[in-house]
Amino acid sequence: MSENIKVLIAKPGLDGHDRGAKVIARGLKEAGMEVVYTGLRQTTEQIVRAAVQEDVDVIGLSILSGAHSHLFPEIMKKLKDNGKDDVLVIAGGIIPDDDHAELKDLGIKGIFKPGTPINEIVEFIHQELDVA
Amino acid sequence: MADLEKGFQEWKENKLDKTVNNYGERKDEFKTGSNRPVKALYSPLDLEDIDYLDDINFPGQFPYTRGVYPTMYRSRLWTMRQYAGFGTAKETNERFRYLLDHGQTGLSVAFDLPTQIGYDSDHEMSKGEVGRVGVAIDTLADMETLFDQIPLDKVSTSMTINAPASVLLAMYIAVAEKQGVEKEKLSGTIQNDILKEYIARGTYIFPPEPSLRLITDIFEYCSQELPSWNTISISGYHIREAGSDAVQELAFTIADGIEYVESALSIGMDVDSFAPRLSFFFNGQMDFLEEVAKFRAARRLWAEIMKERFGAEKAKSCMLRFHTQTAGAALTAQQPQNNIVRVAIQALAAVLGGTQSLHTNSFDEALGLPTEEAAKIALRTQHIIAEESGVADTIDPLAGSYYIESMTDKLVDEAREYLDEIEELGGMAEAIKAGYVQREIQESAYQEQKAVESGEKVVVGVNKYKEDSKEIGDILKVDPNLEKDQCQQLAEIRSDRDSDKTEKHLKDIRNAAINDENLMYPILDAVRDYVSIGEICQVLREEFGEYEAKIF
Amino acid sequence: MKIDVDKILAGDEKTVAKAISLVENSRGEAFDLLRELYLKTNLAYLLGVTGPPGGGKSTLVEKIVSRWVDSGEKVAVIAIDPSSEFSGGALLGDRIRMGKIATHPDVFIRSMATRGYLGGLNPAIFDTVLVLSAAGYERIVIETVGVGQNEIDIVSLADTTLVVTVPEAGDEIQSFKAGLMEAGDLFVLNKSDHATAHKMELILKQMIDLARSDDSGWKIPLIKTIATEEDGIGDLIEEIAAHKNYLEVSNLELDNKKKVMKNHLIHLLEEGLRNKYIEPLLKDKDFDHSVDEVIERKKDPYTQVSEWLSDFGEGV
Ligand code: B12
Ligand SMILES: Nc1nc2c(ncn2[C@@H]2O[C@H](COP(=O)(O)OP(=O)(O)O)[C@@H](O)[C@H]2O)c(=O)[nH]1
Ligand SMILES: [Mg+2]
Repeated sequence: MSENIKVLIAKPGLDGHDRGAKVIARGLKEAGMEVVYTGLRQTTEQIVRAAVQEDVDVIGLSILSGAHSHLFPEIMKKLKDNGKDDVLVIAGGIIPDDDHAELKDLGIKGIFKPGTPINEIVEFIHQELDVA
Repeated sequence: MADLEKGFQEWKENKLDKTVNNYGERKDEFKTGSNRPVKALYSPLDLEDIDYLDDINFPGQFPYTRGVYPTMYRSRLWTMRQYAGFGTAKETNERFRYLLDHGQTGLSVAFDLPTQIGYDSDHEMSKGEVGRVGVAIDTLADMETLFDQIPLDKVSTSMTINAPASVLLAMYIAVAEKQGVEKEKLSGTIQNDILKEYIARGTYIFPPEPSLRLITDIFEYCSQELPSWNTISISGYHIREAGSDAVQELAFTIADGIEYVESALSIGMDVDSFAPRLSFFFNGQMDFLEEVAKFRAARRLWAEIMKERFGAEKAKSCMLRFHTQTAGAALTAQQPQNNIVRVAIQALAAVLGGTQSLHTNSFDEALGLPTEEAAKIALRTQHIIAEESGVADTIDPLAGSYYIESMTDKLVDEAREYLDEIEELGGMAEAIKAGYVQREIQESAYQEQKAVESGEKVVVGVNKYKEDSKEIGDILKVDPNLEKDQCQQLAEIRSDRDSDKTEKHLKDIRNAAINDENLMYPILDAVRDYVSIGEICQVLREEFGEYEAKIF
Repeated sequence: MKIDVDKILAGDEKTVAKAISLVENSRGEAFDLLRELYLKTNLAYLLGVTGPPGGGKSTLVEKIVSRWVDSGEKVAVIAIDPSSEFSGGALLGDRIRMGKIATHPDVFIRSMATRGYLGGLNPAIFDTVLVLSAAGYERIVIETVGVGQNEIDIVSLADTTLVVTVPEAGDEIQSFKAGLMEAGDLFVLNKSDHATAHKMELILKQMIDLARSDDSGWKIPLIKTIATEEDGIGDLIEEIAAHKNYLEVSNLELDNKKKVMKNHLIHLLEEGLRNKYIEPLLKDKDFDHSVDEVIERKKDPYTQVSEWLSDFGEGV
């Protein structure tokens, strides 16, 4: 693991809620990470391609529109198809507790609710990537 | 004044400072919710620059600081208008009728994201999104179901629709025709505010220029055909929710308003022909007193601008009428019942600020779409304010408070500074293209996040008085099969209609787009024959191109 | 990490991406790979794009690349943004401006942070160019924010250097490094829809004339564009092609490659020396002690350094 953690923050689907995604992107930058943000209305293909080309260590999906149960499985599948399943995938936004188990089964390691402090997310990433 | 000044200084030195020196204060610095400094005390000394008749005046009189109507809530309460919509048109229709039965006085339609972005339910991009966060509308058939048994001459309807506003307005008119309701009797609002989509809300389709043209087409059409329709709801709500502070909300909203007025003037419309139908939409945040002052400042600012800058002559052109929604972003996933109290405070600010209509958020805001139970408590909160608190019985009761008046005045000044800056950048459309507005909002949003994380800004249940979280059980779920059903229904409509007619309508729309003719007319003709929103927007996408947000 | 050279040569995106990471993050381990690639690879044509932040570089790059791929080229973009001096982190925001080309199968976009190599071009960039060239990208665009040194650095690498300016940059322009004025092969006045564009055009023309009154045979063009509206892009594409052609016919291409390689060799040498000698020295606990001695005037810095150098000498 390099000391420069590279993260892709992505907004899948039609969801326009980007306040959280932008706050997280900036927060991770200030925690020393290199953050690529690709903007709104990203298709699952776009997200996976960006993750592959940028060779990120972490993909952070932000979604508040409720479409996660459709979009997340697609992203996880395409990551696998593209051999990019060595990446840490985390997510945040409005994702009801009831859906967490299913998403974790897909391989999404962390799901963060409204009100989560950024340093909690930073710590989680460090822990998962095994860096101090 | 000299005596007062002396008295104040004596009080400050002998009483205030001494006590503060001995016992200190709770904080080193007191600030409003928008980080503006707050003094220990306000007095007539703070009102020296304010002239009652020029700057405040009586309700219903320029500059309308105390309210746009002479009687305000003594003759009629504000419209209680809860934003609702999910799933199919049929389900939403049921929710609407439930709300009307329970004392709601106006409707407010939430559309799903495909509808708001001009995609039919069977479009590739719509997958997983149909009916999720609002009602799915593809064709007039859905709109007929949505308003089934709701007499359109009796209710006023607000539609949160922007980029494809013409299409939904046309469908509404077509439903009214089928109900036998005359156009003159239709009352309601379309949001139709594209500029704030680029900066805060995200459901844009076309680039700014053609979008502004679609908007002025609507202004023009309505000034001739729909006299009681509010053609736009210039929205600060979303700007604030995206993270701005109160001054930015005020300034950016008014700046958007100025841009719309300029656009309409540029196609040769007379200011007094459309300005009376402009309406506004603000946020009710937590800092109660600052919010009341903000609403009052907004009225004064708009009135002054309309008169001084645009030479409006009709009184109505200068009146800022507005809807308020309580701040969703202030509501927490943690200890959700606390949100009921927050909403009550926010709603009270809106009422004391003289709002014309109000949506109160539900306590499950940060968990999902409101359940019926939660939505009812939110509505009852308005009923309690209206019927039990007494605040609606006299007009603008906080006027004359030294703090409120001084803050109202300051907010006007601070907003004007922003307006000057935007003017220097070439107006709001340019400022948005350059990313200036977006960056200002992002900066505020980030600073707020930091303030919450450091504890400087307290959010009960989140960074103070925390408990182990347990989520409330009941969350509204949208049926995942709905998408299939909706697509199937659309397919049936497509196969039932006359395809030559459809082609012709789309061609007419394309021609109007190319030849700069008012698009409302061909769009209305098309929706009557069940041409879908996706089909219409596709033609416009081809002619106008699509906007890509590139600011970061 | 093992990287399959054949997969790089076959243009496999994931392998290429991994190779770039290796080059960026674990330079020591990357050398075997780079050695092998170098001998099998012709370096791509390199277009450097630089200018002030927000000037429209990314927007222009998108338009240029889009036209190139339309005419059948495979193109890669290396978009470089500054690392924060405080946190070391970076917001890599160029990709968002290249949405249209990001999905094109013949385009590869890679965002990189400067990582504090402000005093000289990060050697990883040259090596990234090598990897991308090996993968079959015939043209590579490097975008850097031009505030000072970076502008010059990019010039030292690119075949063609495009300097983007905007009407608002009036005052800044006056203080542009002379070196930049000399090194830019093409100047773009973007955002020429803005009111003060004409004034700026005059200033720029004058500066360009002053800067290169040499006899090189290349007349630096000034192209006015409105990137967001695709205005002037056709002209720009033609001028770039003209410069590329000029390099080829005038044999300057080779000169340029020599210059680039000389720079790269120096960079590698510096990097190697630093890793082999200086880094271990800095980590050595005696280092602090030596600093103290110099501070306490028990020793002068010159003697100290020459002692170190002769220590290295044993190994050199
Ligand atoms: C602000 C807001 C808006 C703003 C958005 C402004 C913007 N540019 O972002 C506005 C007013 C425009 C808006 C509009 C709409 N909204 Co809204 N909105 C909210 C609100 C109130 C707060 C969201 C927010 O920004 N919070 C502040 C940020 C900082 O928090 P956050 O995003 O949750 O992020 C935190 C965590 O979730 C996590 N996180 C988030 N993303 C990520 C990513 C990663 C990688 C990680 C690690 C962590 C992480 O970390 C962050 C920091 O703690 C929520 C309700 C709520 N209180 O949560 C509703 C809400 C999300 N909206 C909702 C809806 C329905 C809409 C609309 C679709 C309504 C409609 N039909 O038109 C529209 C359309 C928007 C669109 N284009 O998609 C619903 C969604 C319902 C659902 N999913 O079932 C909600 C839940 C409200 C509700 N109960 O009805 N909205
Ligand atoms: N008005 C105008 N805006 C432009 C033009 N070119 C780019 N922009 C805008 O300027 C901003 C910055 O552009 P970007 O390409 O990110 O600049 P960079 O930082 O130099 O890469 C974006 O909002 C672009 O849309 C132009 O020619 N005219
Ligand atoms: Mg850029």
